[in-house]
Amino acid sequence: MFEDLTNKFESVLKKIRGQGKITEKNIEESLREVRRILFDADVNYKVVSKFINDVKVKSLGQNVLNSITPGHLVVKIINDELISLMGSEKSDVKFSNSIPSVIMLVGLQGSGKTTLSAKIAGFLKSKGRSPVLAACDIYRPAAIEQLKVLGKEINIPVFSAENEKNAVKIAEQAADYARKNAKDTLIIDTAGRLAIDEVMMNEVSALKKAMNPAEIIFVVDSMTGQDAVNTAKTFHDKLDFDSIALTKLDGDTKGGAALSIRAVVDKPIKFVSVGEKLDALEQFFPDRMASRILGMGDIVSLVEKAQENFDLSESEKLEEKLRKNKFDFNDFLDQLKQVKKMGSISNLVSMIPGASSALKDKEIDEKVFTKLEAIILSMTPLERETPNVLNGMRRRRIANGSGTSIQEVNKLIKQFDDMKKMMRSFSHGKLRNLMKGLNLPPGMAKGLKLN
Amino acid sequence: MSFLDKLGFTKLKDGLTKTKNDLFGKVNRLINAKKKIDDEFLAELEEIFLTSDMGINTSEILIDNIKERAKQNKYETEEELNTLIQEEIKKIFSDTTSEFRTFDFGIKNKPYVIMVVGVNGVGKTTSIGKLAYNFRKAGKSVLIGSADTFRAAANEQLEIWAKRAQVDIIQNPGTKDPASVAFDTVKAAISRNVDVVIIDTAGRLHNKSHLMEELKKINRVIKKVLPDAPDEVFIVIDATTGQNGLNQVQEFMNALGRITGIILTKLDGTAKGGIVLKISKELRIPVRFIGVGEQIDDLQLFESEEFIKALFEK
Repeated sequence: MFEDLTNKFESVLKKIRGQGKITEKNIEESLREVRRILFDADVNYKVVSKFINDVKVKSLGQNVLNSITPGHLVVKIINDELISLMGSEKSDVKFSNSIPSVIMLVGLQGSGKTTLSAKIAGFLKSKGRSPVLAACDIYRPAAIEQLKVLGKEINIPVFSAENEKNAVKIAEQAADYARKNAKDTLIIDTAGRLAIDEVMMNEVSALKKAMNPAEIIFVVDSMTGQDAVNTAKTFHDKLDFDSIALTKLDGDTKGGAALSIRAVVDKPIKFVSVGEKLDALEQFFPDRMASRILGMGDIVSLVEKAQENFDLSESEKLEEKLRKNKFDFNDFLDQLKQVKKMGSISNLVSMIPGASSALKDKEIDEKVFTKLEAIILSMTPLERETPNVLNGMRRRRIANGSGTSIQEVNKLIKQFDDMKKMMRSFSHGKLRNLMKGLNLPPGMAKGLKLN
Repeated sequence: MSFLDKLGFTKLKDGLTKTKNDLFGKVNRLINAKKKIDDEFLAELEEIFLTSDMGINTSEILIDNIKERAKQNKYETEEELNTLIQEEIKKIFSDTTSEFRTFDFGIKNKPYVIMVVGVNGVGKTTSIGKLAYNFRKAGKSVLIGSADTFRAAANEQLEIWAKRAQVDIIQNPGTKDPASVAFDTVKAAISRNVDVVIIDTAGRLHNKSHLMEELKKINRVIKKVLPDAPDEVFIVIDATTGQNGLNQVQEFMNALGRITGIILTKLDGTAKGGIVLKISKELRIPVRFIGVGEQIDDLQLFESEEFIKALFEK
């Protein structure tokens, strides 16, 4: 559903990822792209400005010493910011102890309240509640008829009072009906109204006052643009609603309105409506939505794992050595051990977006690291500290000792040399490119796609 | 005086205009404070543009053009700068080639068939009621075809609007085949010698291929009766719509071959409807009508100058 935004983010982040280190300049450039993406996704102007600024401040201030690559760190920051924008956990519908417990749906015309009322009724029925629907939209032609037809489809009673012209009275009578018929939940479908229509906003306030709903749901079309925040704020000021429902998310809209609304009213998104069928209703999971927007697979967990396992002081020591050009096989071994601490390779690969499908049919050799380790362990302390003593004879001995071939030993030494060369070129930088510099065995490096 | 006052929208609720602040007032204040176009001025202009939903591309192009123009033609007063900005925006709007500019136009080949399409909840049925009313008021006979056979009670809703507009309606509550209703409506219009036919269709998301196929079928079936019909295909766009509005028009266009105009609804709210600027710029489709309320006479011919003024209101 958020594919467009996801794809765009991916291409922007590829750029950051390729650059290795965060500078004032490349973050500005990349964030300009992110800004465009957010506007294209209908995120509100003010929300975008704040979002970009927050991400920038956090990215520049961040200690990037221990990151796999800084690009990933920025991704994580963007992801965390998105999650915090959308609310950090999922939440359920609230019920009161009174009979019936009242749920009221409010929103603009055409946002999809009537259909959603029926969907929620069906959902709650499947959860063991016994709902009744109240048709309180007395304005739109045939709105009552529409709710009746939908109620019939899902076999849920619909209370209506055809000649009653007062929405509050209909709701009150519906509550009586619920009590008499042992229905524990009353779902009130209200008329669509403009937030600036005072008369209509007063009506819905009166409904709230009379019915004391346990849950007022603000229904918003996911295709809504910049105005979403104004409407949401006005409804919120008037009703202090409890939650948000996003409708028509089965379209190809990017749904930035969801982010915007969450940013101006601190209420959770509880439902997501995704189709014409009456069971096309999903609960909202902010974390899933955020990683979906970022299209990052579980890169976040990967970054977290790396942060947990990369020892800061070790890294500082390593950096010192690099500066003095004293990086040797002992350090290489330490690095290997740190990577191994992060878990099995296939597990790591599975967290990288795209990688698992690209490597679907390929066997991942979990023993790659073990082999490299064995080779280094077969070296004498002198060889590890001064690798240039490694002549043909020594190499043959190491191959025999580690149970590998001389070609494999040669390959490792070549990789080590390359890595050293590369690291020297970063002598002014820190360890940002460490992982890239690891120069993993060709197949694996390709699979990991860390750069 | 606001845009809405000028148009004399009597139906607007009290207080509505109060919530609308003149954008040009804002621009005026900006210019008074600055007396020149600088970065800050442009940043504020960008905010106004972006919050209207015209999209970042449209906004960037406009701002570039405005900068360029301001460099070339030296403006002396804020009015001149206002005019310059308005002219640049106005350039984006495309004009209609249709004969149907007002409701009392002369129809050469009867019936004049109008098909109305759009995504769910934008206000198609309501707009059709208002269109029918305007035609009837202009002395034309109108027949509405109820080809939304999907949404619960869509028939009943359209029937009520037909009654309000005092026009006839063709419906077949038993059928699930909208094309057959469209067919029957056009046939009936020919035999009754009706001036205007308006076909309502179900709201559908433009990315649902089976629903777009259904729409193509309606179009084909209408052509079986009248090869040159429909004379107009109007897409209804809700003024609150964000950037997705462009996809909507694009996909409906792909399915039907052409869209002849936009009906921009719900302009009586706080949304600006700036998405039509993006649509006009990308697809050159004229905006024909605006919906400004729930009453039957709340449909107006689109006037780009008035729209632009309102764009700058808050």
